[in-house]
Amino acid sequence: MTELLQDLLAGIAADKLKVVDLTHTLGPSFPQLSLPPEMGQALPYRSEEISRYDGRGPAWYWNNFTLCEHTGTHFDAPIHWVSGRELPNNSVDTIPPEHMIAPACVIDCTADAEHDADFLLTRERLEEWEAEHGRIPAGSWVLMRTGWARRVNDPVAFQNFDEIGQHTPGPDVDCVRFLVDERDVLGFGTETIGTDSGQAQRLNPPYPCHYYMHGAGKYGLQCLNNLDRLPPTGAVLFTAPLKLEEGSGSPLRVLALTPA
Amino acid sequence: MRARPRLKNPILRTRQPLTPPMPRSRTALGLTAQAAEGRFSLQRCESCGQVQYPPADSCRACLSEELPWTPMSGRGELLAHTTLHHSNDPFYRERLPWRLGLTRLEEGPVVVAHLHRDCPPPPAAVGVTAKLDKAGRGVLVALPADELGDMSTDPRHGEFSCDPEHRKVLVTDGKSRVGQALVRELAAAGAAVIWVGQAEPWKKFAGQDAVEKLPQVTVVPLDLTDERGVKRIGAEIGGRVDILINNAEVHRTQGIADSGGAEMARREMEVNYLGLLRLAQAFGPAMRARGADGGASATAWVNVLSVYALSNYPPQGTYSASKAAALSLSQCLRAEMQDAGIRVVNVFPGPIDEEWNQPLPPPKLAPERLARDIVRGLRDGVEDLFPGDVAREWLARWKDNPKVLERELALESRTA
Repeated sequence: MTELLQDLLAGIAADKLKVVDLTHTLGPSFPQLSLPPEMGQALPYRSEEISRYDGRGPAWYWNNFTLCEHTGTHFDAPIHWVSGRELPNNSVDTIPPEHMIAPACVIDCTADAEHDADFLLTRERLEEWEAEHGRIPAGSWVLMRTGWARRVNDPVAFQNFDEIGQHTPGPDVDCVRFLVDERDVLGFGTETIGTDSGQAQRLNPPYPCHYYMHGAGKYGLQCLNNLDRLPPTGAVLFTAPLKLEEGSGSPLRVLALTPA
Repeated sequence: MRARPRLKNPILRTRQPLTPPMPRSRTALGLTAQAAEGRFSLQRCESCGQVQYPPADSCRACLSEELPWTPMSGRGELLAHTTLHHSNDPFYRERLPWRLGLTRLEEGPVVVAHLHRDCPPPPAAVGVTAKLDKAGRGVLVALPADELGDMSTDPRHGEFSCDPEHRKVLVTDGKSRVGQALVRELAAAGAAVIWVGQAEPWKKFAGQDAVEKLPQVTVVPLDLTDERGVKRIGAEIGGRVDILINNAEVHRTQGIADSGGAEMARREMEVNYLGLLRLAQAFGPAMRARGADGGASATAWVNVLSVYALSNYPPQGTYSASKAAALSLSQCLRAEMQDAGIRVVNVFPGPIDEEWNQPLPPPKLAPERLARDIVRGLRDGVEDLFPGDVAREWLARWKDNPKVLERELALESRTA
């Protein structure tokens, strides 16, 4: 059986398989999830120098960093949402490692999101996608590609707030129900700050992707990068969150293997 | 209005800041403490009523030791004057000729005072006021009687004032109502450049756009929780900032029991206390080096604290604690800045009329009033500023007896 692994490595070495990094660089200006200010807030990434080959540590450079479990490109575990609080193995330290390697279906909504920042992905759109690319397999990631990652160096455009809140694309209620109930996916991933749309607090239930996905033990991926380099089907994602005790999520490096 | 200072020759060495001689007796520092709040007071004997100068430990008339500092009218008569053309002190050597005079105050004593350029020769009516000099010591300045309080017509003005006119100012948070009011007030006061710090650029507030469009304004990304970001802005503009006004703050209204963990309190400390530390490390050294840099030198550092820094207001208990920490650090900053002649001004407003104080009944301090008082405080050269009635009342109660005030605030918060 070691041949399988050798084939995999040989495929990478021969450029028949590409490794695509789906992660954004995490720096202090990376746009941070923002709740109403009277609520508890997620910390943005911050780094403070311990020493840099100086009096504080003559031969070494290192930093202390602080951040939220949900900062930057990150993973949501079921325990993150109230609907998933009672599930077994619902935190990042207990989810099965087999779930950390899984196929991905990429739904291209770039044109729609360009036209309408509040674009909602529907069940009908998924069925059209399936007519072209085949049925979404159970246990796979569904990634909503919107081109949002291109805005990452412009925090104002990435967040896209106005006086009624944030305007970013996401799935509608039926779309989430379909993926959970009829396709039994592994989870849902987006390029934006949440797996839900910017106005999802006004849907019923509020934040349906968090509510139904996590309620069914599914996962979330947010702030993904380079989704335009993935094929609609055929990519495999490596999504290992940090093993944080009772962690509700974790920043992580998301890698994809794709056929060249 | 002062003429725009001449541009300096960049080939010449930047003049190093010097300060007048510092040592004063503990008793004489009483004059400094009064001048720090913008008051001219002298000791008046409780027993015999004699006002005395210079300050001493006992009354020269009756030996009583009860000598409370008492505000003076400031009215006086110039008796004699002289002009110094020589001094062995490096600070005064750079500033010769220097005019001094003897003035008899309405209250009795004869005092030595620096003379305004336009003071007529004696005998003449003058107004006497107490100012802080470059070393932060209280000194007396005599002005022409009809110009009492207005130093700005004298070239010596800059020795006692931190006037923002023609100066380059950084306001660390330009989004809040206080920040916006400060920027408008500084623009009206003739500031040449106003850098406006902005954290979380995706959050917009009413009025922000109009302030950003002022011709003096440049917006800079500045989040006091971000060490690298603060260092970067310090490197970019720190060598040009003449006045730094740190008004960035996190303000939450919670005590210990209702704060549910330390996260919110940590955010307050991150900005209100550690943010000041990061700013001081990023901007302090460059400002210190420019304490005597020509006509528009680095001159002042303003911290917008809170009157809750003096004594904890339990309904805003964690906020009070963060402001008390900032006050303590600010005293350290003042000590480190004094050799460069840069004034550290602490501002202690009572509740400001802003969103986090929305449920509080009036009186609340209007942001515009706070901004006006800060700019006036810079012009007057004060060091501790208590804007508004609430702040002054708290200060009076605190000075009277801090323990009693603590008990009063505990009782007030039961009904709050």
